[in-house]
Amino acid sequence: MKRFAFIALLLSSCFIATAFSQQTITLGFTVSRTGALNVDSVEQYRGFELWRDQVNAAGGIKAGGKNYKVQFASYDDESNSKRVQQLYTRLILEDKADFLFSPYSSSLTATAAVVTEQNEKIMLTTGAAEEKTYKLGNQCLYQMFAPATQYLTVAIDALKAKDPKATVAFVYEDASFSVAVVTPAKAYAQQQGFNVVFSEAYAPNTTDFGAIIDKVIGSKATVLLGGGHYADGSTLARQLYGHKVPLKMITLLVAPDSPQWAELGDAAVGVIVPSQWEPQSTFKAQYGPSGADFGKAYTAKYNTPPSYESAGGYASGLILQRAIEQAGGIDTAKVAAALNATDVTTFYGRTKFSTQPSEHGLQVGHAIFLAQWQKDKSGKPVKQVIWPLAGKSADLVYPIH
Amino acid sequence: MSGIFASMIDGLLIGSVYGLAAMGLSLIWGVMDVINLTHGAMIALGMFGMYLLFNATAINAYLLLAPMIAGGLILGVIIYWLAVNWVVDRPILMSLLSTFAVNMMVIGIGTAIWSTSPYNVDFSVPGITVGEYTFTGNHMFAALSAVLIALLLEMFLRRTRTGKAIRAVADNRDAAELMGISSTRVLMVAFAIGIALAVASGALVSTLFPFTILSGAGYQLKSFVVTVLAGLGKPFGALVAGVLLGLLEGAVSPFIAISWIPLIEFGLFVLVLIVFPRGIFSRATA
Repeated sequence: MKRFAFIALLLSSCFIATAFSQQTITLGFTVSRTGALNVDSVEQYRGFELWRDQVNAAGGIKAGGKNYKVQFASYDDESNSKRVQQLYTRLILEDKADFLFSPYSSSLTATAAVVTEQNEKIMLTTGAAEEKTYKLGNQCLYQMFAPATQYLTVAIDALKAKDPKATVAFVYEDASFSVAVVTPAKAYAQQQGFNVVFSEAYAPNTTDFGAIIDKVIGSKATVLLGGGHYADGSTLARQLYGHKVPLKMITLLVAPDSPQWAELGDAAVGVIVPSQWEPQSTFKAQYGPSGADFGKAYTAKYNTPPSYESAGGYASGLILQRAIEQAGGIDTAKVAAALNATDVTTFYGRTKFSTQPSEHGLQVGHAIFLAQWQKDKSGKPVKQVIWPLAGKSADLVYPIH
Repeated sequence: MSGIFASMIDGLLIGSVYGLAAMGLSLIWGVMDVINLTHGAMIALGMFGMYLLFNATAINAYLLLAPMIAGGLILGVIIYWLAVNWVVDRPILMSLLSTFAVNMMVIGIGTAIWSTSPYNVDFSVPGITVGEYTFTGNHMFAALSAVLIALLLEMFLRRTRTGKAIRAVADNRDAAELMGISSTRVLMVAFAIGIALAVASGALVSTLFPFTILSGAGYQLKSFVVTVLAGLGKPFGALVAGVLLGLLEGAVSPFIAISWIPLIEFGLFVLVLIVFPRGIFSRATA
């Protein structure tokens, strides 16, 4: 009887000790479950979710002798910046989020950043490539994506290698991210000797590209660069195909990275997307899973391959996890110091944040790929890495048709 | 083929669909003196109706217009008895509020069911290529369908007893009632036809562009411009005005950024209100 009481006492003390060392971290963010940013945003969320599930299944984040289980506080922002402002305030003040992830897109993130900076909360931004937000003196933002200026300059490099005499049209969403990408790209194209024959921005909710397509045809452009996000990008590609526009190369931002792009059928083929990550990437991970393991786990969970938004979401979790481990807890100042010192390669590539006061948190380690939708042997559209040449999985198909 | 000519043909094709969308608004406004703010929501329901029906049957989308119009008529009758009949003779603000409330309910329920994410009707008809420009088969079929529906409506209004009754009630409701016409029944039929036209135009738009439950709002605004251009209660005039609006869009778009087009359209809206307050087709018949 005495022995039984002793064992019971021992077990209960163990239970109490475990309970004390088991803590919970609340991560707050919004997802565009509805609205124009829905496709890309949900893919980003899946990255967060897979990371959380894997971390919790492994017992949580181990830091300072404690195990931190990860829980999410999350709302639908409806792709609407007004909702983002309300919801990030709620996440911080009511849900008591310890750390934040950004919503999807540069414009929504810029809105969220105002709230997180006011409250001095760390926010890892993913799906937010525009540099401007990181050059406003913010101190608590950390950008996971390579900056917007790189997106189309790599496409121009690839074009120069293939057809330096191409004539270029820029057709892009009139939104902060796309404008931030296209403005330097246009200057870069001209600097590289290309004749930019047409340039026009369209409203974010545009569904009828007929008038713009007629102008592109009239301009005699052979290459089209631009786009914005999924809804407009997929519509533009569909209508370019429907109008049989004689383009040799089409590079669109963001949209063609989604696995959903394949649903466009023949309209999907040939389109190039600047990408933050591709499943074919072979970075040797110093921390976290390999690209193959991430891809396998993601596909098993969601029955679809990961996009770069998904990879960015997962990598955000990984980088925060590493910073918490190195900080030995969730103290904001210590985690910020760990993030400032981050220079690590994961399956997603290199991550390093600028610590210059003028651009604090700007991503300076990561680089952009180019991927192109090509037909595989069975005629099915698949995405291939075509740039940089050193890491290509297939040659650039040029001209498309 | 020159760019402006191609652009004007595109404008002509899409303008027919604008015209069809505006016909429903014009008919209800002209006959009942009710500004139907459910118009945009009905266009959106037409889009989703076509999406669901097409995915369920996988037959030629344009053949599905007949069941869509039938569904629109039934929906119109339901909305009439639920929200319009009570406010027909009341101040116009009452009908505005009543139809706005229905609009909000439809948008709310639609958002709960379909979210505000974009949908597509994945159906395409081969187009015609002239030089470097291709005119999609969907645009041509949508325009032809819009004109055909408009002609059928015009024939209905001119040749049938019910159509004549609608015109009589629109001209002078008291006199029509003295002639033994049941104005309540006629108003119900006119409202149902107006809703069916909105649903049909939404169904046609869904074969051209992606859409969300909120997409009807833009077409509702265009419908107001077209209705003001044509003058109230002139459904066929609305079709012509819609085509003119499309042509205008096509004619100006090669010279300006497309984001400026709404400014020109609404500038025209204000100008017509000032110069032709009864619509550009009203002078000839006044």
